[in-house]
Amino acid sequence: MSRPMQVSRYWRHFREKYRLIGGKCENGHVHFPKRPICPVCGSREIEEVELSGKGKVLSWTIIRNPPSGFEYYKPYPLALIELEEGPIVLAQLTDIDPEEIDFGMEVEVVTKKIREFEEDGIILYGYKFRPPVK
Amino acid sequence: MKKAVIIGAGMTPVGEHWKLALRDLAVEAVFNAMDDAGIDKVYSLYVGNMISGPFVEQENLGSLIADWAGLGNIPAVKIEAACASGGAAVQEGVKAVLSGLEDVVAVVGVEKMTDAWPNDATRYLAYAADAEWELFHGASFVALNALVMRYYMKTHGYTEEDLALFAVNAHTNGAKNPYAMFKRSIKLETVLKSPYIADPLKLFDASPVCDGAAAVIITTPEKAKELGVPKEKWVEVAGMGRAIDTINLANREDLLTLKAAKIAAERAYKMAGVEPKDIDFFEIHDAFTIMAALSLEALGVAKKGDGAKLAREGQIAIDADYPIQTMGGLKARGHPVGATGVYQTVEAVLQLRGEAPNQVPNAEVGLTQNIGGTGSNITVTVLRRV
Ligand SMILES: [Zn+2]
Repeated sequence: MSRPMQVSRYWRHFREKYRLIGGKCENGHVHFPKRPICPVCGSREIEEVELSGKGKVLSWTIIRNPPSGFEYYKPYPLALIELEEGPIVLAQLTDIDPEEIDFGMEVEVVTKKIREFEEDGIILYGYKFRPPVK
Repeated sequence: MKKAVIIGAGMTPVGEHWKLALRDLAVEAVFNAMDDAGIDKVYSLYVGNMISGPFVEQENLGSLIADWAGLGNIPAVKIEAACASGGAAVQEGVKAVLSGLEDVVAVVGVEKMTDAWPNDATRYLAYAADAEWELFHGASFVALNALVMRYYMKTHGYTEEDLALFAVNAHTNGAKNPYAMFKRSIKLETVLKSPYIADPLKLFDASPVCDGAAAVIITTPEKAKELGVPKEKWVEVAGMGRAIDTINLANREDLLTLKAAKIAAERAYKMAGVEPKDIDFFEIHDAFTIMAALSLEALGVAKKGDGAKLAREGQIAIDADYPIQTMGGLKARGHPVGATGVYQTVEAVLQLRGEAPNQVPNAEVGLTQNIGGTGSNITVTVLRRV
């Protein structure tokens, strides 16, 4: 499934996906991804904030029947991670044995390849999470 | 205020219809509903459908179906609210009648899912999730529900077995429904031994990919009388509510509360003047067993965290206090996504007329609840025997 005309659709989110840029309203509520209006207080005064990328596993699954385009990775772990700034983020876990994943496990962000479109197609990168490298 | 009554209901069997196209299924359901009401004309058509574009390269379903069903040059549109498209289409039809602008309305829900490769079907279903922040990361719909399921089990101390009981109940009831995809009961072990598709969610925790169509005819009591439709056929749409929640699961205020269902139910109960204890049966959205548990909590049938307990205590069977999925639910009847909400409505109509193959004794009030997305778009409708 090659979609060369969709490049712009992906580069629009480079900053969020490479550097975990979220939003912070004037009252200090942090969210991810950045929204036009604060979901907590309704303020439209939102500034960008780079999140630390440190968090804990809230829940996880192992995907065995992936949507098309992700067959290459199967099976792969997907998790909800609660970041230390508060927001929850959905991402794949990487560099980990699925048996070792547990509730509350500490993880950190890492930039990885998310998907590849055929031989001459574009390659998408973004955040995944892994156990902290000491 | 005007009243809306359903005077006709029809459906096709749910299954893998290799020989039938989307239009064939839809037309058959519409004809069945019109024949049931004994009428040969409707003045408007609402089509509940989620993803006909990717699945069969067909949009503009209003024109397609009204044209092929020979309904004439009437207004006809497709209503889309992910897997809640059917429930939303029924509610749009009711709104049109209640407003006084339209008087004999047909609503058909249809989905043709087996014309796609399985992994593509998985992808299309995930279009109801957040494309940039969920599907981008390889999330399937099953996976998002699995994340909720694991968190629910951990938070409230349930096992995979507890949730599997919802699937067993659905199959027990579906076995008696001639229109169900799976007309057989199953054992608890069948669910537990089925393969993981997104751990801890197993194949038998999930509803199947399938095809089907269901339809209802809605009008006012005055018009029903004028058309000569016998009163035994009438079922009143007594209350309805609809609400959304964040499209992205990660952005939820509380992962384990179907807030949209809660709000939708409160509105529907208020409009109908009923409470959960007044409802004789519930057709809820058990696309995944975890959603059955969370739905019972959101509808006020169980306290938060107690949804799965109702299954364990045997309170959801046909002859118990809170019968659910009387015709098999999404799990056993099947879940042709955009058609499901209309199937639920047809099944509720049969129960309230006393014509169901798996009859809830003396059913007077029934409820349907239809979920789109991972709890992000939900309809609740209360129906009452006239
Ligand atoms: Zn704020």
